[in-house]
Amino acid sequence: MKVQEGTYGLLAEFETPSDLVRAAQSAYDSGYRRMDCYTPYPIEEAAAAIGFHRDNVSLICLIGGLLGLVAMFGLETWISVWAYPINSAGRPFYSWPAFVVPAYEWTILYSGLSAFFGMLAANGLPQVYHPLFNAPNFRGGATSDKFFLCLESTDPKFDVTESRAFLEGCKPASIVEVEY
Amino acid sequence: MLDPITGERRVIAPGHTFKSITEKLAGIVLTSHTPLGWWGGFMIAGGGVALLTVAVTWLFLKGVGIWAITIPVAWGFAIINFVWWIGIGHAGTLISAILLLFKQSWRNSINRFAEAMTIFAVVCAAMFPVIHTGRPWLGYWLFPLPFTMNVWPQFRSPLLWDVFAVSTYAIISVVFWYMGMIPDLATLRDNAKSKFGQFFYGMISLGWRGSVRHWVRYETASLLLAGLSTPLVLSVHSVISFDFAVALLPGWHTTIFPPYFVAGAVYSGFAMVITLAVPIRKFYHLEDIVTIRHLDNMGKVMLVTGLIVAYGYFMEAFMSWYSASHWEYFMIWNRMFGPMGWAYWTLITCNIALPQLMWIRKFRSNVLLMFIMSFIVNTGMWFERFVIIVISLTRDYLPSSWGTYNPTRWDYATFIGTLGLFTFLFFLFIRLLPMIPMSELRILLPQARIHPKDELLPEAGD
Repeated sequence: MKVQEGTYGLLAEFETPSDLVRAAQSAYDSGYRRMDCYTPYPIEEAAAAIGFHRDNVSLICLIGGLLGLVAMFGLETWISVWAYPINSAGRPFYSWPAFVVPAYEWTILYSGLSAFFGMLAANGLPQVYHPLFNAPNFRGGATSDKFFLCLESTDPKFDVTESRAFLEGCKPASIVEVEY
Repeated sequence: MLDPITGERRVIAPGHTFKSITEKLAGIVLTSHTPLGWWGGFMIAGGGVALLTVAVTWLFLKGVGIWAITIPVAWGFAIINFVWWIGIGHAGTLISAILLLFKQSWRNSINRFAEAMTIFAVVCAAMFPVIHTGRPWLGYWLFPLPFTMNVWPQFRSPLLWDVFAVSTYAIISVVFWYMGMIPDLATLRDNAKSKFGQFFYGMISLGWRGSVRHWVRYETASLLLAGLSTPLVLSVHSVISFDFAVALLPGWHTTIFPPYFVAGAVYSGFAMVITLAVPIRKFYHLEDIVTIRHLDNMGKVMLVTGLIVAYGYFMEAFMSWYSASHWEYFMIWNRMFGPMGWAYWTLITCNIALPQLMWIRKFRSNVLLMFIMSFIVNTGMWFERFVIIVISLTRDYLPSSWGTYNPTRWDYATFIGTLGLFTFLFFLFIRLLPMIPMSELRILLPQARIHPKDELLPEAGD
């Protein structure tokens, strides 16, 4: 794997969520796309400002749920009709109403697990190393009381000097250049 | 503390900032100083765990004969405790899932430890059916596994539905609880001073860095899990009630069981949340985060679910008369005035009569009285299961097969042992993990409001 070097991006720190949302909005308006905000709690406005509106966790969850439903109902039918048919008080082998309950539980089980692991996978977690953790003010800020906007160097519009000048226009508390 | 705008009690006392929340709540976990009171409680709970270990070891050596279960009462304390514990768990899911869907943001302060309570209650509950089987080392036969010599489970029995309901409930509760903790674990990782703390919280926070893209997916997953947990929690106690309702025994064979079991579960669960919340907020000085508003709201929920349960009791009695069935009629008579009638009247006193005091606002905002009430309700709920299981079984159709039930010291030891185990796990939880969700509390602060325009005009009501 290629070792990445150089600048990961410019990290601007803000004191309030409103400052962050305004800065993110103006960055998006001036053409930046590869950027991200880092906040201690979910801020939908910030996600909307950087143009992130839709996620596919719901779809993963739906597929998982259907899989669970089919898996359990199929298993019950196979066991009760073919693998181990028991005559229990003359009830039919294929007693589908009785199969509904475990199938229902497994629908929930599979869709819940899919939602959780799907969310993690889509987020690229677990990922214990990330360049941003190198920024001295990031740790202890982004998970507590500070709000960050990071313009990433992979953006075609990114230029260390120009982007820094742009961020300074948003009046951040500080700007840090983050190394890989 | 009243809110000047709404006239309601405040959810969080004023004066908190993003930083003060982090410092206060992360400090509880990250401090190197473990309070002496914590050690004291931990030791007492540890004694309970020791008792449980002894009781269960003796059970494995001698068999279920050391308990009082016999014919006709083959379901004694083990099943009473199973239903009681799993019911307690239900309030945790209700708080974390249903109240999230209803956007009841006051729940944010109490949802984490209510979820933890769910998990520890399920741990205690799930143990009972397994050790009650008599051959717990064959417990895996409950699952459809390919190495049980081609003997497969029988899916037409509610007892097997239980296996899937309870195991799904346990797994989904753990997932929901852990997912909720990830951002807070990242806060702990970033605030930890010790090398071990940084490593430990760094590993279990999975590298969470608070990206808003991650937050959007995280919020979707939370809502989905809440949406899934809601039907799940309703189904779990319904399925447990099928264990009874599908049987033909008078006192069990009724269609009202599913809703009335679920309401009873929520009722006892909220009582347990109060039992836990009152000492914790006192001990860790969290009166500004777990406020009187929370006690007040929980009191109201208990009042409602308590009345649903009361309706259930009334309907049982009414149907035994209206059905004109001799067996049903005798069952209720035996329940009220039979040899164990005292248990029924204890249940009515604890679950219906005394909780009516919660209609009084002053009562609901009195911490000590609510604490006592939570014990009364949980005693009542334990007796509800005792009445349903033991009294119905002692005298069924044939008088020649009537019997009685006298719990042995091992029954009591196992029950007290699970109380110890529950407390033990809870003590570990409040010491090692964030018991109050910091990320969710930050949303409740006035600073979290976004002003989209540059102008900083004071808004109406600010």
